Amino acid sequence: MSAPPRPYRRNALWIAAMVHRVSGIGLALFLPLHFLALGLSLQGAARLDSFLRWTDIPLIKLAEGGLVFLLGVHFLGGLRVLFVENFDWRVNQFRVATAAGGAAAMLAFAFLIQVL
Amino acid sequence: MPQADNASLTVSIWRGGQDGNFETYSVPNRQNQTVLDVVTHVQRHIDPTLSYRFACRVGMCGSCGMTVNGRPRWTCRTHVSKVAKDGKLQIAPLSNLPVIKDLAADMQPFFDKWQKAGGVFEPSKSRAEPVEPIRPNEPQRIAADAGIECINCGVCYAGCDTVRWNDDYLGPAALNRAWTLMNDLRDSAQKPRLAAVAANGGCHACHTHQSCQEYCPQSLNPTGSISLLKRLATKAYLKGELKP
Repeated sequence: MSAPPRPYRRNALWIAAMVHRVSGIGLALFLPLHFLALGLSLQGAARLDSFLRWTDIPLIKLAEGGLVFLLGVHFLGGLRVLFVENFDWRVNQFRVATAAGGAAAMLAFAFLIQVL
Repeated sequence: MPQADNASLTVSIWRGGQDGNFETYSVPNRQNQTVLDVVTHVQRHIDPTLSYRFACRVGMCGSCGMTVNGRPRWTCRTHVSKVAKDGKLQIAPLSNLPVIKDLAADMQPFFDKWQKAGGVFEPSKSRAEPVEPIRPNEPQRIAADAGIECINCGVCYAGCDTVRWNDDYLGPAALNRAWTLMNDLRDSAQKPRLAAVAANGGCHACHTHQSCQEYCPQSLNPTGSISLLKRLATKAYLKGELKP
């Protein structure tokens, strides 16, 4: 059968689940890079300092803002799922998911204002 | 029956089995007709070889589920005026199920999983004993009542991406049924049922997309039932009543 349209993928909570999954993958991909950067300190302060100076460029700061968003949205989205699965059912999951996304975006924005 | 302003509808209907294709028909555009009426018109007036399934035509039996313009629906209660886009309809069998022929999907996997989830009522008393009194205001009865009106139309199963991704996933209807029985005081199979729904492919596989709730024609909330099953399974596991 040819690929049918799948309108349920426009469902906000389907998107929330996908954002949670993709942000988790993004954070998992970032983690080895993070440890690599930390590992530079074992090769002396100069190596680490020169790397940290490189991270001061705006493009990297922008990427760090993206990471803060991923962390925020994954953390808050995960909390929502934990509440769904461990407490009584609450209606308005759409609002909770939207609030989680909005709070993560504001967190990333605040971070960018701080560093740029 | 009076015809609407646009004299005809262009209807694409899935023909053949899994590897079939859409064929297009022109059907009179009437006021107050349902999608099932359109399919019936094609079968009775244009091509009698068209296969589809229906029974009650009033939203009780759950046998007329089809995919209408990409969305799973009960066709006997779906008005064409609400779903037709520019006078066009695309009607396919329910997704996530094998196609028998044309619009008839094979419901066997759906009901196999329904049984695998412990969907069969296991009485705790024989017919010789007095009937168990059930008070409608008991919390367990209220929880069971919230999900009991499922008509097994398969719409939630067809609209669930977890079913599409995971062949073992029992699906929203089967798990919702299991949840209602977990709250039935007359049932005696709650332990094995909880083990069945907590196993691989059971309630923990649900991603909480809530598409089942959005599409359920009975306005049930299978996601809510599944999340409560998850909680029940977690509690049982922590108490040592459920082995991994």
